[in-house]
Amino acid sequence: MSKLEIRKSKELKERMSGNEAVAYAICQVEPDVMPAFPITPSTEIPQLVSNYIANGQMDTDFIPVESEHSAMSAAIGSEAAGARTMTATSSAGLALMWEELLLAASNRMPVALTLVNRTLSGPLNINCDHTDGMGARDTGWIQIYAEDNQEVYDNFIQAYPIAEDPRVRLPIMICQDGFITSHAVQNIKLLETESVKAFAGTYEPEEFLLNPGKPVAVGPYSISNFVMEARKAQAEAMENAKEVILEVAGKFAEMSGRQYGLFEEYRTEDADYIMVIMGSAAGTAKQAVDELREEGWKVGVLKLRVFRPFPEKEIAEALKNCKAAAIMDRCESYNGNAAPLGSEICAGLFRTKTMIEAVNYTYGLGGRDFTTEHVRGVFAELRALVEEGKAIPQNQYIGLRK
Amino acid sequence: MKNTLEIRWHGRGGQGAKTAALLLADVCFKTGQNVQGFPEYGPERMGAPITAFNRISTDPIRVHSNIYYPDVVVVVDETLLHSVDVTNGLKEEGAIIVNTPKPAEEIRPMLNGYAGKVVTVDARAISEETLGKNFPNTPMLAATVAVSGVMEKTAFIDNMHESFAHKFAKKPEVIDGNMKALEAAFAAVGA
Repeated sequence: MSKLEIRKSKELKERMSGNEAVAYAICQVEPDVMPAFPITPSTEIPQLVSNYIANGQMDTDFIPVESEHSAMSAAIGSEAAGARTMTATSSAGLALMWEELLLAASNRMPVALTLVNRTLSGPLNINCDHTDGMGARDTGWIQIYAEDNQEVYDNFIQAYPIAEDPRVRLPIMICQDGFITSHAVQNIKLLETESVKAFAGTYEPEEFLLNPGKPVAVGPYSISNFVMEARKAQAEAMENAKEVILEVAGKFAEMSGRQYGLFEEYRTEDADYIMVIMGSAAGTAKQAVDELREEGWKVGVLKLRVFRPFPEKEIAEALKNCKAAAIMDRCESYNGNAAPLGSEICAGLFRTKTMIEAVNYTYGLGGRDFTTEHVRGVFAELRALVEEGKAIPQNQYIGLRK
Repeated sequence: MKNTLEIRWHGRGGQGAKTAALLLADVCFKTGQNVQGFPEYGPERMGAPITAFNRISTDPIRVHSNIYYPDVVVVVDETLLHSVDVTNGLKEEGAIIVNTPKPAEEIRPMLNGYAGKVVTVDARAISEETLGKNFPNTPMLAATVAVSGVMEKTAFIDNMHESFAHKFAKKPEVIDGNMKALEAAFAAVGA
């Protein structure tokens, strides 16, 4: 994180959709290359970036490619050549990149990808859930999720300082909820372009392909004798990303005045019941928590921001004093047990001997609306479980029609 | 949510209900409020019923769900009254605004017993008279501002003039038409 420079920024009040916000962050950060292929609901991002380029507001090379497979392939090639590179996609677009996602990570290419979360078929649906991002959870990418337009803007500005740090050198996915935040116009506080540019710095890789003095091989064959060591090095880089994410967040706070961590604890200090949730639904949950607090309920929200690297010990520590937690997944894992958050958080609770009740809920699939009333229902159920000993299913759906 | 005005728009794909919701968010932002404007996305096609939403508040807005108990409902296309339960959840102390040449008493029987305020605006006639075409958005936006009281009329008119002047810098004749459409809509709802 040597290059990162802090120029304290004023707050510039604007109103933007999530897609507009992240496109503006891209304009300010101004990566060298952006290959992209359009897919709903992320299409506006390459479209807006193309406008910025055409208007002379940024100098990024935009490559219109013929598919997302090509987009990620071009991104890897460009990044390997030494150019700071990014792309944008959603849903089936991310799925089509799958092979290349692993290549970007294993070749230690700090590519940025702004993901606008959308479900995968079928049934064919264009709306939000986290099936796409969760499907890429084991590809070796850092994944950071946002509650609203402000967070996705702020997260993108922090992306390259995290990904390019020599302790990390991993690709990074900056995620937001399709339509729910990507197409919703809300107030936002932008940062001054000079401050953002100084913060993001320029990409100066130690090794890259177009470096005649120091030739390197990218993506060579490896015999069995080296694969495990390479994977372990990659896993350690992901583990290192935790401290780098926190360092970058600290610097970002100096510049912007806005605080970020691995997760946000909202009114959890004395909470008997905590909802663990990610993305836009966390805002809805906070609103419900405020209402319930007024009625005397001791409830809180743990909003997960960083899903990869996964802060399992930190989450267990944050939950250890509550009586019961609701773990909210916006996807289905078809394992009869729990989707990723449910599985991974419960594993962390077990390993740290944190013996609280933890109930897994699946919500919001294919854009199914998630309301403050759903949040109230979940907390009421947790309370019945703890205070009345009521038996409840440990893995269930919210708002399911029967 | 306290201190929050919640509005639900009903229109048909292509009529600009979404645009109207975004315009309202825009003008409320410019007068210093916290805003949220978003459409409900489905299998969108021209003519299909669509819904859009606004939250306008003095507090930061964190809820990201649709609006089920609106303060105001705006119906951009009156034919929706036959197929969509537009007053569902609408607060009795709120209001519904319908784009129609008919008087409110003719519309009320179609509103599933809604007992609150019913306001009608002939946005089509206003639009055709002032703009020469059927763009119901602008008059419906003005009627919504007037009925909801989300901001003072003068602040709204000043802001809209500024927006139109910017948007139609090369077509100044359109600015006047739009401003007349706003004023006519205010007059039509008695504001």
